[in-house]
Amino acid sequence: MGQITLNQITKRFGDVEVIPPLDLEINDGEFVVFVGPSGCGKSTLLRLIAGLEDVTSGVISIDGQDATTVPPAKRGLAMVFQSYALYPHMSVRKNIAFPLRMAGLDKAEQDRKVDQAAAVLNLTDYLDRRPGQLSGGQRQRVAIGRAIVREPSAFLFDEPLSNLDAALRVGMRLEISELHERLKTTMIYVTHDQVEAMTMADKIVVLRAGNIEQVGSPLELYKNPRNRFVAGFIGSPKMNFIEGAEAQKHGAHAIGIRPEHIEVSETDGPWSGVVGVSEHLGSDTFFHVHETGLADTITVRAGGEVGFRHGDRIHMTPREDVIHKFNENGLRIS
Amino acid sequence: MARAVTTRRKAFNTLLAWSIGLLIFFPILWTILTSFKTEAQAISDPPLFLFFDWTLENYAVVQERSDYTRFLWNSIIIAGGSTVLGILIAVPAAWSMAFVPSKRTKDILLWMLSTKMLPAVGVLYPIYILFIELGLLDTRLGLTIVLMLINLPIIVWMLYTYFKEIPGEILEAARMDGAGLKEEILFILTPMAIPGIASTFLLNIILAWNEAFWTLNLTAAKAAPLTAFIASYSSPEGLFYAKLSAAATMAIAPILILGWFSQKQLVRGLTFGAVK
Repeated sequence: MGQITLNQITKRFGDVEVIPPLDLEINDGEFVVFVGPSGCGKSTLLRLIAGLEDVTSGVISIDGQDATTVPPAKRGLAMVFQSYALYPHMSVRKNIAFPLRMAGLDKAEQDRKVDQAAAVLNLTDYLDRRPGQLSGGQRQRVAIGRAIVREPSAFLFDEPLSNLDAALRVGMRLEISELHERLKTTMIYVTHDQVEAMTMADKIVVLRAGNIEQVGSPLELYKNPRNRFVAGFIGSPKMNFIEGAEAQKHGAHAIGIRPEHIEVSETDGPWSGVVGVSEHLGSDTFFHVHETGLADTITVRAGGEVGFRHGDRIHMTPREDVIHKFNENGLRIS
Repeated sequence: MARAVTTRRKAFNTLLAWSIGLLIFFPILWTILTSFKTEAQAISDPPLFLFFDWTLENYAVVQERSDYTRFLWNSIIIAGGSTVLGILIAVPAAWSMAFVPSKRTKDILLWMLSTKMLPAVGVLYPIYILFIELGLLDTRLGLTIVLMLINLPIIVWMLYTYFKEIPGEILEAARMDGAGLKEEILFILTPMAIPGIASTFLLNIILAWNEAFWTLNLTAAKAAPLTAFIASYSSPEGLFYAKLSAAATMAIAPILILGWFSQKQLVRGLTFGAVK
């Protein structure tokens, strides 16, 4: 079981309110991602759930039990840290066995569970090594191994992939998703990378300055962002925002259109501009278009390879059905 | 081309390092050489470097005239005792400062260090009186306490900087893994801090071993360590260079050997935190 409920929790560091009153419900077995820019309070929120920080007020319950003042060791949660936080003086085997040793399991049982976890994570050949002799990806696996052996009611991940290089990150992302499929245990995952959030989450919690901006499935957030912040944060490249006369035509203070929802043409289209930088990825081409009279830059994503060049004047057609409208306060108008 | 080290430059650096090393070591080398000369050769002009009549006579005379082992034993007890006592007190102090710092922690650390700036002679009189009152004069216990106190700021500082380098996340991971405070300290912190504790231990043994001001002023015969042993050859028999050298060599030999075997630990301890 891993049902976690946050009820009106707040956190202050001295005079600074990092988390204003916040409610959140995390269901058993869910993969929840906390996402937001640096300093939005997502890591603090995770540490509050872990018990590594004390809440200033409010109630945290885990599986219906009030856990607000329960020390981290007794909450039954496991955490994977950004820095891996392995015990450098212990072998991989002892690292993974440490929570079992703390739980008072006998040696044979410890070995059995460690071997099992090592097999799952491809660590069998490295059990006698020290963390210092492992690569970044292997260290992260050991950290995950240490978390899974104790069969926690929920896993907490604090930006676990940000110390890995890009290729490894994609691999580990899949491994963690697969792990979730297999274990069906609640996972709470903190990241600033919206691609990780979109690809892994059942439920995304978008945070800004300690406030929850929106909670929903990845596609809900993509299709129906509640406000301009969420609209701009979810999706890559970022949504284009246009204010002024063009927005008023749609009866809004501002409109938003995603780069993939604009079609480009040499001749036709209501909008036009001059191509600045273009990024050719082979599968897609991104154009940064200037002098449109709408916004500083309009980013356009065209499928495949499209051969406009720097300085070319092009025409653009937005897909009317996926234009997002926002009022003066940045809130969505439906 | 950022800082290319040419062969010539390397050779020059090596030569320079050796010259400085030799210059620093020369007085010790000269003392050791002199201890094997006869008294006449010890003061001969021009001085004799290696070609003289090697003799062990000075050592025999020194050992015969004063009981070397008694001084050695006092040195071991005082240096070892003050260091062990200091570390026992400093470990919890440094731990709390490194992991649960308060607003005043930095001030306390600086204040502790500032006591090292006070000239020792400034507190000699009160401490001397205190020692008389408490009956600690010329006792190993008294010297152990004084040497522990004067080295305590350095021990706390060294351990503090060392503990600071231990990432807090590892301790948090232990907490998440179900470790209570006792397990966290016993299984995670202490094993990780052992290299730091060891180098602090070594450095303080050396500091306490070589400490002369207090050992000379607060001892007479019973508790006198090797520093007093050397001193006893300097004033009344100042002209007997060979015997003085033999006494000095015997006094520094144990710590020199200890230092030689533990130099790796020592350098690590002294430069820890400077280079990551």
